[in-house]
Amino acid sequence: MNARFAPGDRVVVRLGESPGHIRTPYYIRGLTGEIERVCGPYANPEELAYGRPGLPAQPLYRVRFRQSDVWADYSGPASDRVEIEIYEHWLEPA
Amino acid sequence: MHDDHDHDSPAHPHLKRPDVEDLPVTESQRLETAVRELLLEKGVFDTADLRRVLEMIDSWVPSHGARIVARAWVDSSYKQRLLNDAPAAVRELGIDPGPTQLVVIENTPERHNLVVCTLCSCYPRRILGLPPDWYKSRAYRSRAVREPRAVLAEFGTELPEGVPVHVHDSTADLRYLVLPMRPADTEGMSEEQLVELVSRDSMIGVALPMSPAASVGG
Amino acid sequence: MRAHHDLGGRPAGAIDRTERELEPWEKRVDAIFQLLAAPERRILRVDELRRAIEGLGGEEYDRLGYYECWIAAMVNLLLEKGVLTIDELGRKLDEVRLREQGVS
Repeated sequence: MNARFAPGDRVVVRLGESPGHIRTPYYIRGLTGEIERVCGPYANPEELAYGRPGLPAQPLYRVRFRQSDVWADYSGPASDRVEIEIYEHWLEPA
Repeated sequence: MHDDHDHDSPAHPHLKRPDVEDLPVTESQRLETAVRELLLEKGVFDTADLRRVLEMIDSWVPSHGARIVARAWVDSSYKQRLLNDAPAAVRELGIDPGPTQLVVIENTPERHNLVVCTLCSCYPRRILGLPPDWYKSRAYRSRAVREPRAVLAEFGTELPEGVPVHVHDSTADLRYLVLPMRPADTEGMSEEQLVELVSRDSMIGVALPMSPAASVGG
Repeated sequence: MRAHHDLGGRPAGAIDRTERELEPWEKRVDAIFQLLAAPERRILRVDELRRAIEGLGGEEYDRLGYYECWIAAMVNLLLEKGVLTIDELGRKLDEVRLREQGVS
């Protein structure tokens, strides 16, 4: 597996305004975060969901975001984070 | 639409009628019966297969998670293995982590972890059992990611001031188990006694482990 | 365009923390799905189940309970894949209803 990103890299989540089965939550689209770890290669759920094999497997990452970047009205401390698993095709370099 | 009387209606006190209650009563229950019987008739699976899976589901209990946590509390090299490769470490205890990738996330004085699945109900089922209704609820899934501290407060969980909260949205192929911090005043306790302090909710991150005093007699 | 099941961050009320045992039929729905998804059968995948649950639409998604969504979605998938036909499902459901009324 050739992972495009490494831990610590800054990435932007695509907006990806498509209907259909998507595992990238809406609230995180368009936001910038940091790669926490590379989880390994996984078949693409957007393909698996329609009965196709979802191959080649692609890198899945855990991406960490500052909560204050995610929610305009976030009331907790600046050190709070949200971590989300995101497949590589949803990410661009920041 | 369904039956002409409502089993849950407060006007009709619910009397136990085991002979009747074994029969399907809602559309969904009828569908389950019909699908099950058709798949059995077609030989897609047999009754032994079904019984085996039902028994397996019943064997997934939060005490598996509690054993894992207690072992990590008393054995720092086990804890390291658990954090590095959770599936292998879980298998050491004779527990099957299942086909999804289990990840253990450690609570520390510098970080409290909370797990949610905003898109459906992803949960470490083999370690904690099937998820409770609240974990699958609209309210938890909507709010845990946006106002985790308010959610923690609703569960009666107070964190020391200044501890960052990390919310883990379980969206894909990983399943998260929180390793809570070992409570104070438990130095003299055995691994078996520690297991009793580890609640399911503390391994989701909505609660803290019980304190030794609170666990006495309950 | 946010899908109706994509709940993160939406306004919502208090969390009902009532604990209960799952009913036997709910566990059976879970078990049937696991059997259909098992590697030796691979009739369904969890991703297909999620897609089919989302495909029930917002109104049904909100109206139905958790395992009610599962069984409704599984039925749709089994029909799509030709594992079950509408004719046999309809006949079986009639039979189940008659049995409930004690006519068997």
